[in-house]
Amino acid sequence: MRSADDRRRMGWGARRLVPALMLAAALTPAGAFAQANGPQTNAAAASGPVEITYLALDAPRPRPSTELTPPPKDLGLAGARLALADDATTGRFTGQEFKLDEAVGADAAAVTAAFKARLAAGTRNFVTDLPAPLLLTLADLPEAQGATLIDATSTDDALRGADCRRNVLHMLPSRAMFADALMQYLVVKNWRHIMLVQGKDPADALYAAAIRHAAKKFQVSIVADKPWSFNAAAQQADTGHFQVNTEVSNLTQGISYDVLVVADEADNFGDQLGYRSFLPRPVAGTQGLTPSAWSPMFDEMGSRQLQLRFLALAKRMMTDRDYGAWLAVRAFGEAATRTASADPAAMATFLHGTDFTVAGYKGPPFSIRPWDGQLRQPVLLADDRSLVSISPQPGFLHQFYETDTLGTDKPETTCHMS
Amino acid sequence: MPHVLKPLLALAVLALLSPAARAERLLLSNEKDNTVTVVDAASLKIVQSVPVGARPRGLILSKDGKSVYICTSDADHIEVLDLATLKVTANLPSGADPETFAISPDGNTLYVANENDNSITVVDVPGARVIGAVPTGVEPEGMAVSPDGKLLINTSETTSMVHFINPETRKMIGGVLVGQRPRYAAFTPDGKQVWVSSEVAGSVAVIDVATRKIVSTIRFQIPGVPRETVQAVGINITADGKTAFVALGPANRVAVVDVASGAVEKYLLVGQRVWHMAFSQDGSRLYTANGVSNDMSVIDVAARKVLKSVPVGQEPWGVVDVP
Repeated sequence: MRSADDRRRMGWGARRLVPALMLAAALTPAGAFAQANGPQTNAAAASGPVEITYLALDAPRPRPSTELTPPPKDLGLAGARLALADDATTGRFTGQEFKLDEAVGADAAAVTAAFKARLAAGTRNFVTDLPAPLLLTLADLPEAQGATLIDATSTDDALRGADCRRNVLHMLPSRAMFADALMQYLVVKNWRHIMLVQGKDPADALYAAAIRHAAKKFQVSIVADKPWSFNAAAQQADTGHFQVNTEVSNLTQGISYDVLVVADEADNFGDQLGYRSFLPRPVAGTQGLTPSAWSPMFDEMGSRQLQLRFLALAKRMMTDRDYGAWLAVRAFGEAATRTASADPAAMATFLHGTDFTVAGYKGPPFSIRPWDGQLRQPVLLADDRSLVSISPQPGFLHQFYETDTLGTDKPETTCHMS
Repeated sequence: MPHVLKPLLALAVLALLSPAARAERLLLSNEKDNTVTVVDAASLKIVQSVPVGARPRGLILSKDGKSVYICTSDADHIEVLDLATLKVTANLPSGADPETFAISPDGNTLYVANENDNSITVVDVPGARVIGAVPTGVEPEGMAVSPDGKLLINTSETTSMVHFINPETRKMIGGVLVGQRPRYAAFTPDGKQVWVSSEVAGSVAVIDVATRKIVSTIRFQIPGVPRETVQAVGINITADGKTAFVALGPANRVAVVDVASGAVEKYLLVGQRVWHMAFSQDGSRLYTANGVSNDMSVIDVAARKVLKSVPVGQEPWGVVDVP
C-alpha cells in the first residue's frame, strides 16, 4: 500500500528540493563506494558473505485517476540497493561481504517458488515487498521457520496483531501508528472535531478503522463519517472539476468540523477534496497533511545525507517503500556487523533482542517492539511541500519509549506469538 | 551617558582597534542563516554578524591566531575569516560538503570530512590546495588529530566506526566499531585515549589509542528525560585532562564526566539541542552552541553552573574561542 501516495510524493511535490540535492549529488564521485580500501579490522569474524534476498511481488497496482506520471520500476528495490551499498562500505572495514539477491515474481506462484528455492539453497535472510496474505503463506511454510522475513513495505495492523508471526519483522509504521501520529497533532492544535471520508477500497476501510480507533484513544470527535461514492474519474473529464467541486460541497455541507480526514490509500479522490469543501477546512490523512514514514520534504536529523545518497543512486526522491526496504537491509547489516557473524541464526537472535537498533535518520534509535515485531520510530507529518511536524508530539509521554505512544502498545496487543 | 564614562569608552574603542589588546571573542557558525556571530567574551554582547558561505558548520582557529577556518558545507569549500577585519578573505578547497575538520599541530594541514562522498580530503593550507584524499566509511563526520600529530581519527556515522589513519601515509591503520552514529572525537591531553560520542546510541566510547580497543562506554541517564532524546555530540576535555564535558543534543544537557572513572558527575541544563562547545583561553568557561534555541550557553567550569544564555544566529552549530 501507499504506492500511489509514494508516486504522488515523487511528482511535483518533490521538485523544489531536487535542484539543490541534484547539485550536491552531482559532486559525489561515481563509484565512491568502490574506493574504500580500509584494512580488515575484524577479518576473522565473517564466515562467508551475508546473503540477503529481496523478495517482491510485481503486482500491477491500480493507477489513480489523477496520475500523470508513471511510477518508477524500482520502488522499494532502490532503497534496498542503497542500504546494501551502505552495509558493504562498513563491511570493507569489518571484513564482511554483503550480497543482495533480487527476486521479483510476477505472481504469487512465482514468488513462492523463488522463496522455496532460496530456502533450499540455505538463504535465511529475506526482505519482503509482498501483500499480507502472500507474506503469511510464505512465513508459515515449515521450511521458513528458521528464516527471518523483514517486511519492508506493509502497513497492515493485522500482521502486527492477530496475524503476527515470530519470523516476521515490520519496518514501516502501521496504519495505527500513522493514525495515532495524526491524532496527537490534532490534539496539540486543539482541532478536536473531524469529518472522516472513506474510499471504496478494502485498504481504505482499514485506514479509516485506524483513524476511528485513534480518534477514540486521543479523544478526538468524529462528527461525521461518510463514504465517498462519487465517480473517481470525474476529475479527468473536461470541466469535470465543476462536478467534483459540487459533490465535495454537498458532501461536507451542514457539518461543523475542524479537519476533513480522508482514507484513500490509492489516491483515487483524496486530492480532490482540498479547497472544495463547504467550509474552508484543511484536509489530512492519506492526502493533505499526511502521516508517513518518510518525506522528500524532510531534511532534519542528518536525513539530508540519506536523501542525497538515495537521489544519487535512484535519480528520484525516496518514498516510504524505499525507506522501508532501506531499513530492512540496514537491519540485516547491523545484525551482521554487531554480531561479527554471517550466521543467520545469530543475526536473527540479535534482531529480536534488546541490543538491536538501527539509525533511521529520524532522531532516536529504532528498536523492535518484542510483542509484535514492529520497528519503533517517529512518524512524519508532511504535505507535498513541507514537513509540518513529527510525532510523537511533545507531551505525549510513555513509561519506556515515547515512540510507543504510536500504534499498539504491549498491554493492548492482540499478537500472541507462541 | 555620564561624562566620566567617556574616557573609558574611548579606551574600549582603542582596545578594539588595537590587535594586541583585542579582547577575547567567541565565533559561532549559524548553519541556517549563513552567518558567523562574533560575541565579546567579557561583555557577552554581539560584536558583529558576519555573512559567510552556505551552511557554515565546523570552525577552527588557525595556529597563528589570526584567522578562523569555516566549513561552509553547501558552498563546498572552506572559508578563511580574517580576525582583524572580520571579513572572509580567502577560500580553501575542501572536497564536497565539508562538515568538520581537524588541523595538524603545525597548522599547515587540514583534514576535512566530506559527508556526502565517504572521503577525507587533505588540504595544504599555505598552498591552498588539496594534496590527498582518504576513502572512509559512510558519512564521515568526527575528525581529530592526536596531540603529537602522528595519528588522525575519523568517525563515520552510518558505518558506526572510528577509523585510525596515519596522516603521513594517509592510510587506514585500524578501526573500531562503536555505538550508532559516531559524531565527534576528542583526544585526552596526554594523547592516550580518544573519546568518541555516538549520537543515536546516546553514549561515549573511551578508546585506548595504543591497543585501539574500547576500554569503557559512558551512558547517560537523566532523571525525567527520555532516553531517546539523549544524543551525545560534542566533547571537550579540560586541559588538565581530568574532566570531560559532553553535549547531549536534544536532551538539552551537558554532562560533566570524571575522566579517570568515567562517572557522570552532573548534568547542566543548557539551551535546546546543544551541538558543539569551546573553552575560554584560560579554561574557566565553556561556551555551547544550542541549535534549536538559537543561543549560546555560558558555563562556569569550576562551579559547574550555567551562567547565562546569549541569543545568536539561526541554528548555531559550532563555536570557537579566539584570544
